[in-house]
Amino acid sequence: MMWLLFIYFATVSIVAGVLTVALRNAVYCALALLTLLLHVAGLFVLLNAEFLFAVQIIVYAGAILILYLFVLMLMNLKTEEQHLHKKYAFSLFAGVGILGELLILLLQSPYGGAVGTATPDVILQTGPSHAIGITMFSDYLLLFEVIGIFLLGAVIGAIVLAKTPPKTDPQEPAHSPMP
Amino acid sequence: MIPLSAYVGLSAILFMTGLAGVLIRRNFIVVLMSAEIMLNAANINLVAFSHYLHSMAGQMAALFVIAVAAAEAAVGLAIIIVIFRGKMATNVDQINILKW
Repeated sequence: MMWLLFIYFATVSIVAGVLTVALRNAVYCALALLTLLLHVAGLFVLLNAEFLFAVQIIVYAGAILILYLFVLMLMNLKTEEQHLHKKYAFSLFAGVGILGELLILLLQSPYGGAVGTATPDVILQTGPSHAIGITMFSDYLLLFEVIGIFLLGAVIGAIVLAKTPPKTDPQEPAHSPMP
Repeated sequence: MIPLSAYVGLSAILFMTGLAGVLIRRNFIVVLMSAEIMLNAANINLVAFSHYLHSMAGQMAALFVIAVAAAEAAVGLAIIIVIFRGKMATNVDQINILKW
């Protein structure tokens, strides 16, 4: 059963990823990206990360993708004849080569590793969301605050960048002396 | 029981898909979407290692990656709007005033 679900989620996310890259119309690309994000959220459930599943759907599919769709529809782009670069075959060849090398290296790797303290029994005593909250507000408290300030800076930067520039009067000289 | 290598292989395939998208697409918005695919591949990797090594650190890192992705989308799309207002172009090969 787990294998069946994994194969379903993995196949659909790979196909949706390829469609995101390959489709001609940018709005269709955004919809393929939505499919990819939802199926990656399903993979998170298979990995017992219920909190990340909720965050993935709320933040990625709910906020970031809506932002992309807003901008796409605001610009009202025409679908172009040539949606790939001229020399795309070279990049594609390099990408497939690197992918093959990565997969060969992965199949040879033994994946040993030290096992930490958060075993499934420990997590089940408190519940996954409770456990991640305890970790976030004890060990990662400083990083949590830093990411909050980082997001604030990003929001202010986005507003400042996208603000309409003030209208300058053509009769008036551009560098008028201060009264 | 699904082995860890299945998740890592899936993550590698998705990452290379996103990288190919960044390299071959002309539309700037789709290039940003391909960057989101790469961030998602990294998230799958982090959560899979967090599950198999019994540690919360991977899930925390994935949360921070999602926050950074949100910031990246906001600033990137604002930059696209500014460029589009000035040049009416969203293709990356037309936006070359920084290139000499």
